[in-house]
Amino acid sequence: MPGAAGTALLLLIPSLIVVFGIVVYPLGRTLYTSFFDVNSPFPGHYPFLGLGNYRRTFTNPAFWAAIRRTAYFTMVSTWFELLLGILLALLLNARFHGRGILRAIVILPWALPTIVNGLMWRWIFNPEYGALNALLTQLHVISNYRSWLGSPFLALNMVIVADVWKTTPLAAFLLLAGLQTIPRELHEAARVDGAGAVLGFFRVTLPLLVPSILIILVVRTIEAFKVFDIIYIMTRGGPANGTQSIAYYAYIQAFSNQLFGYGSALAYVIALFILGFALIYMRLLRTEFAY
Amino acid sequence: MRTEGRPARRRKRRGKRAAYLVLLYAAAVLTAVIVLAPFAWLLISSVASPVDLLARPLKWIPSHISFDRYTSIFHAGTNDAAADFRSGMINSAIIASSSVAISMAVGIFGAYAFARIDFRFRRTSLLFFLSTYMLPPIAILIPLYLTMVRLHLLDTKIGLIVVYCSFITPFVLWILSGHFRTIPRDLEDAARIDGASRLGALFRVTLPLARSGLLATALFGFLLAWDEFLYALIFTSSAQAKTIPVAIAEFQGRFTVDFGLVAAGGILAAIPPLLIAFAFQRYIVSGLSSGAVKG
Repeated sequence: MPGAAGTALLLLIPSLIVVFGIVVYPLGRTLYTSFFDVNSPFPGHYPFLGLGNYRRTFTNPAFWAAIRRTAYFTMVSTWFELLLGILLALLLNARFHGRGILRAIVILPWALPTIVNGLMWRWIFNPEYGALNALLTQLHVISNYRSWLGSPFLALNMVIVADVWKTTPLAAFLLLAGLQTIPRELHEAARVDGAGAVLGFFRVTLPLLVPSILIILVVRTIEAFKVFDIIYIMTRGGPANGTQSIAYYAYIQAFSNQLFGYGSALAYVIALFILGFALIYMRLLRTEFAY
Repeated sequence: MRTEGRPARRRKRRGKRAAYLVLLYAAAVLTAVIVLAPFAWLLISSVASPVDLLARPLKWIPSHISFDRYTSIFHAGTNDAAADFRSGMINSAIIASSSVAISMAVGIFGAYAFARIDFRFRRTSLLFFLSTYMLPPIAILIPLYLTMVRLHLLDTKIGLIVVYCSFITPFVLWILSGHFRTIPRDLEDAARIDGASRLGALFRVTLPLARSGLLATALFGFLLAWDEFLYALIFTSSAQAKTIPVAIAEFQGRFTVDFGLVAAGGILAAIPPLLIAFAFQRYIVSGLSSGAVKG
């Protein structure tokens, strides 16, 4: 009989094949391509550039503009999801009639396919016939219809609204699971000590939610940094590239402009950015779990 | 003085409690409205007449309701967008369920290894699997495309299934290993003392006890596959493999005049995942969080 490691390896072989059998070769090939000036999808002889594509990436203002937009998207959407997620989790953890129904309703945006979510919000934000314009005019909040997706920075924020609406439920449910593991006695102890509801939340609840919060931060940051689908369907990166995320920028370079070498270098730079974030968060996670 | 003070304090406390309840129910109603209103508008748009949809001021309740757009999707000819849409639903169902079935079949063994066997680099190798999630799809898209051309897998369901398994399997390993760990080890040890092999114990003891976790994992994988867009966009081009998100994205491009038709398509594409989430909310949430918290 093989040892523990041997048995584990044997059990892991199918997964290794299914996952890394698909990923490893393309990943290596993309790295290789990133060193050449490849400008067509067909095999052939392309000039070797060394780190030229990477140099080009870091000296390109369009790249940094896309990074800035992606960082803004990532930070704003993640923090809103976390903040609203905590409030929503507290609500879903409170006792009231209809809580079960509300829980079942709240999960729905998360299950909605991203593409459908994008087209739905694009329709709601429509400058001429959109429901948002109609609602705000009828409530006398605005006097004229606005083009919500028509100016670069506003459009980016509206895409964030659509993204936050869809992803807050997942954050809320992970936090709810964290809330449910907190023993009731802790709250009661805090109350006996004279702490009010608000103080009790910050002293007792929030510290115990830290592991859930960190997991949400890691997952959402990675997802947001890769954002592509919702931008493709809502704005195609426009107007004036105002919503062009880094993943969308790389997609355009590789597939529309046929700059496969440059696109490959971009892909690696994105992966390094994400890896950097993940390592920082994982360091945080480890120190938190060490308690 | 004292006898007067107590009822006053009690009244004050009761007032506070009432205010809390009012706030609580107000928050619950507000949440329900924010969540449901966009869905409701999508649904209304799919059955309202174009005249009502384009009216200003907007008519929230349509003057009459018609399901013509839904029937037109189901009865359309074979070479237009509506037909692509129909085949997209079928393709998505086949691709999502096949990739989940394969990912589960291979992932169960791996998850078991992560949950039950102490080996060096256990944590590191799980993280290694999960690190594939950090890769932007664009990092493997181009070579994968060329490989598929060479293997004649481009624009086939099998090609997409293979790719989907590569990102569903790490999730299966993660969620399921967290779940296996919640099942007492003693039960398995008892079976093994009775002469069952490791795999025998896995299949006869652990798996039946992990039913809810298996269901949660499979449903989560299905939602992931149903939602995937970028690979499908690049790797499929015809009705034989195109998935529903791709069909919808093209649908939106073609029917800019009548948004109602796009809305009807969106509603149909959303029905399977929404039903799954609504019906199995508890399983999915508890499965996800047990994997996430204990993994």
